[in-house]
Amino acid sequence: MAYSEKVIDHYQNPKNVGTLDKNKKNVGTGLVGAPECGDVMRLQIEVDETGVIRDAKFKTFGCGSAIASSSLATEWLKGRTVDEAVKIDNMEIVEELNLPPVKIHCSVLAEDAIKAAINDYRKKNGLPELKFEESVVH
Amino acid sequence: MLNFPIYLDHNATTPCDPRVLEAMIPYFTNNFGNAASRNHPFGWQAEEAVEKSREQVAQLIGADPKEVIFTSGATEADNLALKGVFEMYASKGNHIITCNIEHKAVLDTCKHLEKEGAEVTYLKVNREGLIDPAEVEAAIRPNTILVALMYANNEIGTVMPIREISAIARKRGVLVFTDATQAVGKIPVDVNRDGIDLLAMTAHKMYGPKGTGALYVRRKNPRVKVTAQMDGGGHERGMRSGTLNVPGIVGFGKACELCMQEMESESKRLSALRDKLENALLKLEEAYVNGSREHRLPHVTNISFKYVEGEGLMMGFNKEIAVSSGSACTSASLEPSYVLKALGLGDDLAHSSLRFGLGRFTTEDQIDYTIRQVTTTVNKLREMSPLWEMYKEGIDLDTIEWAHH
Repeated sequence: MAYSEKVIDHYQNPKNVGTLDKNKKNVGTGLVGAPECGDVMRLQIEVDETGVIRDAKFKTFGCGSAIASSSLATEWLKGRTVDEAVKIDNMEIVEELNLPPVKIHCSVLAEDAIKAAINDYRKKNGLPELKFEESVVH
Repeated sequence: MLNFPIYLDHNATTPCDPRVLEAMIPYFTNNFGNAASRNHPFGWQAEEAVEKSREQVAQLIGADPKEVIFTSGATEADNLALKGVFEMYASKGNHIITCNIEHKAVLDTCKHLEKEGAEVTYLKVNREGLIDPAEVEAAIRPNTILVALMYANNEIGTVMPIREISAIARKRGVLVFTDATQAVGKIPVDVNRDGIDLLAMTAHKMYGPKGTGALYVRRKNPRVKVTAQMDGGGHERGMRSGTLNVPGIVGFGKACELCMQEMESESKRLSALRDKLENALLKLEEAYVNGSREHRLPHVTNISFKYVEGEGLMMGFNKEIAVSSGSACTSASLEPSYVLKALGLGDDLAHSSLRFGLGRFTTEDQIDYTIRQVTTTVNKLREMSPLWEMYKEGIDLDTIEWAHH
C-alpha cells in the first residue's frame, strides 16, 4: 500500500515522541489499544493554569498510519485548551493524512487516546469525566 | 555497489533466472506451435520441448515423466490433488487428514470439500511448527483416503517429517499428498525415497516464470488416479485439459534443471548468509525466531521483534529492502498470520514478525546492509514504543487491562 507523503513524514520525523511525568497533577495520560490488536497508543498532555495544553507527547506501537495519527494528534493538541481538544474528530486526522479506508481505525484510536488523556487530567483535578459517544467510523 | 531495492522475499516469488528466460523466448516467437497440433512441425517442435521439460521436472523429484501433469501453478495442483482424489476414491472413503499451517490453497480447498461431504481433520502443529507422525497415525480411520501435509511451510520455512509420516500412511493404505512448493529445488525431494503419491509444485518459486506448475501423480506402487477438474480436450492423459503453456513449461523445465545442478552449493551458501543475518538480528534484545531452527529450509528465517509492530518496522526500510510480515496490518483482513498463531505465539508477537527469504542472487553485501537497517529501525521504533518503555521499567504487560476499542 502506498503511504501518503504526510504519513511518511510523520513516520520519519515524528513530532513529540516522549514521556511526561504521569504523576504530576497537570499531566493527563491516555493509554489505548491492545498488543493483541497490533495497536497501542499512549498520549500525554501537560496543561497550564489557564487550561491550555502546553505540551503533548506520544509513544505508539503500531503501523505507519498509527504512528502518524498519534504524532499529528500531539501537534494539534499543543496550544489548544482542553475544551477545544475534546472536539478533535478522527475524520479530520483521516483527511489530513489521506488515510485509506483500511487505516481509518488508526485515527479512531488516536481520537480515543486524546479523550482518554483529557479524562485522566479531569479526574486528577476533581472534574467529572466526560462521557463520549462511540466514535463513528465513516 | 548495491542495487536497490534489495529483494529478500523469495518465499513470495523469485525472479526468472536469465538462463530460464533465454530458454523460453524462442517459444514465444519462432517456435510458437501448439503442442497438441499433431500434424505439422510447429506442433512437433512444441511437443518435443514440452516432453523435454517434463523429463527435467520429473528428474528433480525422482519421478517418471509420465507422472508429471502440467498445471497453471501450485494452487491448481493442490486443487486437482485434493478434489481429484476425493472424487476418484469416494467409494473408499471421505476422510482427509491435514494440518493447521497449510497454505490457503489447501485449507480453502478442504473447506470446500467439507461442504461436499468430506470429513477433514486439521492436526495442530507444535510450538516448532512440526507434526508428530504419531498424531497422524492416531488420526487415521477406516474411511481415511488421504493425508495432505506440506513439505515445507511458506511462512516459517519448517520442514515436515514427510518420510516418517508417509511410512505410517502407507501401512494403512492411505495416499500421501504433499504441497512441496517451497521445498522443491531448495532441498532434495524424492517421491520414492519420501513415499509420496501426489506432489504440487510451481515454477515461480524456483526462478521460473509465474503461471506454470505441476502435479506429480504416482503410477506405480500404488497406481494413483485423480478425477480431472478441468474438462476439455483431454490433455495431460485426461487429467488436465487445456492448451499447454509451452513457453512457461520450457522455462519450468529449465528452472528445474538449474536447481538440480546448483541446489547443493546454493543451499550451503544461502544457509551461511541466513545464519549471519539471523545471528546478527538475534543480538537485539527480545528477538525470537519463529519455528524450528533445526528442521527448516536453508534460506528462510522468520523473526519477531517484541514491542515493535511489523508494518511499522518494514516502513523503515521497505523502499530499500523487500521482506514480508505476519502482522495484521499487512493483511487485507486485519487478522495476524494464522501460521504464527498456530505456533502458540501471542498476537503481539505475530504482529511483530518479519519473514526473510534469501535467494540465488542474494549477496553478502545485501545481508550486511539489511542487518544494519533492520537493527537501526528496530531500535528507533522501540524508542517510540510505549510497550518497550513499560518493559524496560519492569512492568509485566500481561497484567495490564487494555482498553480495547
